[in-house]
Amino acid sequence: MFLKRIALAGAVSLMGSAAFAACSYENEVPVKSLSAGFEAWKAVTDAMAECGNFQAELDQEFRTKQPAAFEANPSLYQIGGVSNGTITPLLNAGTIRPLDDLVEKYGQNLTPNQLIRINGQIMAIAMMVNTQHLMYRSDVLADLGIEVPTTWDEVYAAADQIKEAGVVDYPLGATMKSGWNLAQEFVNMYPGFGGTFFNDDNTTAVNSEAGMAALETMKKALDYTDPEVLVSDSTYVQQQFQQGKIAMANLWASRAGAMNDEAESQVVGKIAMSAAPRATADGAPATTLWWDGIVIASNISDEEADAAFRLAMEGLDTEMVASANDAAIWLVNGYQPTEIAKGAIETATAVPAPPAYPSTTQMGLLHTALGNELPAFLTGERDAEATLVAIDEAYTTSAKEAGVLK
Amino acid sequence: MKFKTFAAFVGPSVFMMLLFIAAPLVSVFIQSFQVTQPVLEQVEVETCTPGFLTQTCTTEIKTVPVLGEDGKTITETRWVGLESYRNVLQMDKFWEAVGNGSWNDIMQIDFWRALRFTLSFTLLTLPLVIGVGLAIALAVNNAARTIRGPVIFVSLLPFIITPVIGSLSIYWLFVGDGILTAMMERWTGTNISMFAQAWTIELLMYFYRVWHVAPFAFVIFYAGLQTVNMDTLESAVIDGASRWERLRHVIVPHLMPLIVFIALIHLMDCYRVFEEIVGFRSQAHVISLQWLTYDFMTPDDAGNRAISRASASAMLTMIGIVFLLVLPLRRTWRDHKGSAH
Repeated sequence: MFLKRIALAGAVSLMGSAAFAACSYENEVPVKSLSAGFEAWKAVTDAMAECGNFQAELDQEFRTKQPAAFEANPSLYQIGGVSNGTITPLLNAGTIRPLDDLVEKYGQNLTPNQLIRINGQIMAIAMMVNTQHLMYRSDVLADLGIEVPTTWDEVYAAADQIKEAGVVDYPLGATMKSGWNLAQEFVNMYPGFGGTFFNDDNTTAVNSEAGMAALETMKKALDYTDPEVLVSDSTYVQQQFQQGKIAMANLWASRAGAMNDEAESQVVGKIAMSAAPRATADGAPATTLWWDGIVIASNISDEEADAAFRLAMEGLDTEMVASANDAAIWLVNGYQPTEIAKGAIETATAVPAPPAYPSTTQMGLLHTALGNELPAFLTGERDAEATLVAIDEAYTTSAKEAGVLK
Repeated sequence: MKFKTFAAFVGPSVFMMLLFIAAPLVSVFIQSFQVTQPVLEQVEVETCTPGFLTQTCTTEIKTVPVLGEDGKTITETRWVGLESYRNVLQMDKFWEAVGNGSWNDIMQIDFWRALRFTLSFTLLTLPLVIGVGLAIALAVNNAARTIRGPVIFVSLLPFIITPVIGSLSIYWLFVGDGILTAMMERWTGTNISMFAQAWTIELLMYFYRVWHVAPFAFVIFYAGLQTVNMDTLESAVIDGASRWERLRHVIVPHLMPLIVFIALIHLMDCYRVFEEIVGFRSQAHVISLQWLTYDFMTPDDAGNRAISRASASAMLTMIGIVFLLVLPLRRTWRDHKGSAH
């Protein structure tokens, strides 16, 4: 065991030094980046660091820091890691620069799919897609003779059977931590029932039949989850899987790689992925599509921007993907989808396809309102109808304060 | 002391207090009556999102802020009077709920829910902290001299733990598969979920706060106990006073100013309860006033933050603290004046 570890450590350090030699040039200009902290970002920033003079800040609270840090002049970071959800404040404040000329200069390896165009201008480079997909214990489902569920009704039917068999602590896991996570569950479920979030006049449309259906479907999950589900976030659900406590969960694709991490998972090879369950039999998978990628600050010199972008391209190259293939559903050339990407790809290519997360100022406000008002429904203090009214009122108040509604 | 010397001594701290306490307070006070909004316009935006293989582009009308010449968002600030306070307090809903006689409805309004918890948290932990602190102080004072040092050291430990870390430890000990929950489950044979309902979470919060703050009370009381007049105590013993009577009639009156002092500090600290909410992730069940302000302040993914409501809620918190402190402060003032005669 000990020998094996030493050998492994040796191999890793060798890989590191081999990759170090791999950077095609030496970076002269000091560059800093601020991004989220999950596995894919680690791989990308590690690859950038090989060129020298680079400092990466990986922080899950990046979303609250980024707008202010990029608004400073000069900007505190040259490179920002964003998702389609968090690019909005940067776009709105004009603190990120168009990348068309830089793409022309250094972006030979980028595919058109990676170029995030806003009104025709390239504003960001996407590196991966993320979405939620159904992860399940293939051994448990096979033992009990359960077909892989494709709709939420089937998920609950399967959960019923698993509960009866008593093979795991809880049949289902869910990212229902009150606040952002719980709101995201609703944002996934609601369009699945055909709901739209806003009316043309910026008022919210969640107080609808689709809203009722989404709430009722979400609540059914509570029969099968850990009673403490209102504190469980993605990491918690990931650990529940790894420790063999749950059998199914609709979880972020970026968490799939951790299931086969032998250092922390007891269920290596037992977790399979399929498309996110549909809310209705002929609808789209009840989830939203996300991308993660990089942006370059506008409050920096052109020289710095040049260096930063060149460095970013070095981080997003084929070599990086080859060394961290399973860390994400990469959009970068050279990505080989493996078994664990199957669910996410099925979700993203489903017909009809799930919508992209609608990132707008209003959506930010609604997301907060959902996160604050939904818990009372799930704890049973308020019924579905009153909850939808409360969400509507909370959104209206904050939308008026933000100037979105008159 | 000459006035000049006095001013030279006190001047810097007065300046610092004005700069770091008074000025922000005034600014928050003003902001609670203002709303600052970006100037918005509606534009048609084409956004392209990558799918797994190809992009999908959608064109939609988006509401975006207008950027000025200098590249910054143009904002305008309006006076809105008490609107932010109304939005926080939601009096119309409150009175409606009162009219219906529905406690549950009142508890659906964030501010009143937060106030309920903050008040019960503050007022319930107060006697416990004073009681436990006094008990430890008396125990240590009566302990043999040789073990006093180690006992003081151990009982001070909870106090030096950073509150966030302390509450996180409690969370990890008692969460679904935490060590202590697992142990209790083994003893009782039932499935225990401490974080699944409000009352168990609140119980843990009270427990944590008392555990955390009692050492502070203990240190103060222990120091106070060293100054108890031995002659009075001895004569009480000769008069046949029991241990309890000596405590009630000699020690507690002697410590009264300290008890008031600890009550003051504790009321101020507790009313700002925040770490427990974050550490225990209790937002679904229990929130506090300070957390409410924090929640208004936290920007969402689109960068919006409710500064005006946050200011209003901060001012309301301050008003609450003042109300709570009036009673003990009046007492101190009377004592102070009394002793001057």
